Parts: sequence; structure tokens; C-alpha cells
Amino acid sequence: MALKKPYSNIPGTTIFDADQARRGYHLNQFCMSLMKPENRERFKADERACLDEWPMSEEQKQAVLKRDYNRMIELGGNIYFLAKIFSTDGLSFQHAAASMTGMSQEAYAQMMLSGGRAPEHEQEKQ
Amino acid sequence: MARITAGVSTSHVPAIGAAIDLGKTAAPYWVPVFAGYEYSKKWIAQQKPDVIVLVYNDHASAFSLDLVPTFAIGCAEEFRPADEGWGPRPVPIVKGHAKLAAHIAQSVIQDDFDLTIANRMDVDHGLTVPLSLLFGQPKQWPCLVIPLAVNVVLYPPPSGRRCYELGRAIRRAVESYDDDLDVQVWGTGGMSHQLQGPRAGLINRQFDNAFLDRIVNDPEGLSRKPHLDYVREAGSEGIELVMWLIMRGALNAKVTQKHRFYHVPASNTAVGHLVLENA
Repeated sequence: MALKKPYSNIPGTTIFDADQARRGYHLNQFCMSLMKPENRERFKADERACLDEWPMSEEQKQAVLKRDYNRMIELGGNIYFLAKIFSTDGLSFQHAAASMTGMSQEAYAQMMLSGGRAPEHEQEKQ
Repeated sequence: MARITAGVSTSHVPAIGAAIDLGKTAAPYWVPVFAGYEYSKKWIAQQKPDVIVLVYNDHASAFSLDLVPTFAIGCAEEFRPADEGWGPRPVPIVKGHAKLAAHIAQSVIQDDFDLTIANRMDVDHGLTVPLSLLFGQPKQWPCLVIPLAVNVVLYPPPSGRRCYELGRAIRRAVESYDDDLDVQVWGTGGMSHQLQGPRAGLINRQFDNAFLDRIVNDPEGLSRKPHLDYVREAGSEGIELVMWLIMRGALNAKVTQKHRFYHVPASNTAVGHLVLENA
């Protein structure tokens, strides 16, 4: 019997469960390699060549090259692993989070200063 | 005899660490965050704990997807700050209490909690940001730290109930240790936040404040809150809050709340902080 996934219908949210972890294993392990300065330098020098050293799908590689974090998450990436990519780029969690919402970083930062995104049931009330 | 004297809970937002490391704590954005820890810095300077059992989660720093322990206790003599992609934080090496850690491990494993033993483990912002918040920027951390890493990255994390019961087992372990030591247990992470997907930026003040109320006054009831409630209401990363229940489980049923702080935002996250003493 398949495991129930009651978390699968939370809007705008992908839960990093065992299935996602399996799908994203090599993508996430590639991200871990960026914890070493020499690997960050190699990646910056030739991103494609670095990615080709990992048995990742072409879709995953394209998502990394495009810095499409929503797509990387869909393909099994986890945000704490993917953080190594935007850290290598010298960018913040807030930058990456904003990019996933489709907002500019300025608009996103302003939303956070105004108290953040309301939960769905609160949004319905408003 | 060793004893548990107090519990501290706090968010461990990486941007807070960056603000400290880059000397930005006086910036208008950060002033209200650090103001919330002024009481606690004075409090801990008086308390002078010998050891902190610091419950946190590793953010894909020490543990890749090769090994994902649900609970891992650091039994080493020291733990180095991890390079999370922008170089290690410029903070002191964390000194452990290897003997007490080994004692806790042996005790709680025999008490049915199957901890993973970590004899080499770098510690990331999840552990070092709380230390910076309470101790500032000393040359050496003023006490020993036993890291207790909890998996909250790969779903499912341990249940709130399991965390709460582990806290109780840690208390029994500490109280069966012969040396005279004042031990604090810290629970870190949270509060509401979501760092991924179109729903990133979620904050839920109502949830967070109810959580702060209940962890003080109704930890038994709170420990039965299902994962799904955390994820739905407090965001996919808000589930870190289960770690606060380990801290709470190690304290008395009745506690005195010495300090409570809540602030939105620090980067993407709601900051919550409690200082609790055994009543």
C-alpha cells in the first residue's frame, strides 16, 4: 500500500520526502560539493563542465544553469542543499525566496517587513 | 550530581549570524531583533551554565543525503564551524563535553531513544547563531556545548511527542551524571517560515504566539500537535519548532517564564525566543 501524503496539497509547497530525496539525490549531492572553496571556483569557471561530472538529468542541469529554484525543487532539490548554489553566487536566502515567488527582491523584502505572507485561511478572510 | 537549570529557545536565522559577523547589528533593520536578546545576555552572564545541550538542525552541512540521522549527539571534544557555501562563520570553535555526551548517549539509548553518535561533526548556523545571540562575540565560548542534531530537513522529522519524550530522557540522563554541573537545554529553529516555492515568505503570528503560550503552559498538549499542522500553518521550514519540545521536555512541568520575545521579520523568518527556568 502506498504511503499517504496528506501534505501533497499544501499550496505553493513541495515537501522534501523520501521520494523527492531519491529523485534529487545527485542534484543535492552536487550542491554539497560547493561547500569546498575549490569546487566553488571550478563551478564559477565552467558551470556546465562541473554539472556534467554528476549523473543528473538534463532537466536538473538546465534548472541549475537557469537558477530556476522552483524547478530544482520540483526535480528533487531541497532548499538547504540548493542554498549552496546561491551562496556560491553571493546571494541571500531572501534573494532565492523572492525568486521563487515571482516577486522582485525589493517587493518581497517589503512584504516581509509588512509581516510576511498571510496563511491561506487569513488570505481568504481578507 | 548534574542538574538541568533552565531552558532557552530561539530562532537560528542565518541572516542574524551574518548581521553579527558583518557588524550590522546597529542597522535599523536589526536593532529590534537584537533588542529582544538584551535581557537574555545579562541573564546568562549571571547563570554561567557549565554545559549547554544545544538542540538544532543541521542544514545540509555535516549531513548530506548520504546519511540522515533522526537524532545525532555530538560526542567529540570540539566542533568546527561549517563552511555553508560562503566560508565558515568567524566564531570560536565549539568545545564539547565528551564525557557527559557519552553518558547521555548511553543513558537515552538504554531508555529506548536510538541516538546516532557523531564523533566528527561540523556545526552550522543552526548551532552557532543561538550562541552568538546569547554570548555575543567572545574569543572563546564561555561554556561547553553538546550538539544534538535533529533531522527536520528530510520529511518526516520525529514527531513532537517523540521530541518531548527525548527531552525527558535527556533530563534523566543528566540527573544520573555524578559530576556537579549546571546544564541548560536549548531548543532552536522556527518560528513560522517558508523558504521555498511560491508560498515562500509565509508568516503566521497567530500560530507562533499560540505556540509560545502552549510550550510554556501546556507542553503535554502541544507535543501532540501533528506534523501536518506545523507545515500547513507555520510553513515547510516552520516544522523546526518540534525541536523546542526537546528543550521543554527536559524541564519541570511547571516553569517560570523569565523572558519572551517575538519579532517579524529576520530575513524570511519570524523570530521567537523564550527563557524558562524550572519553577
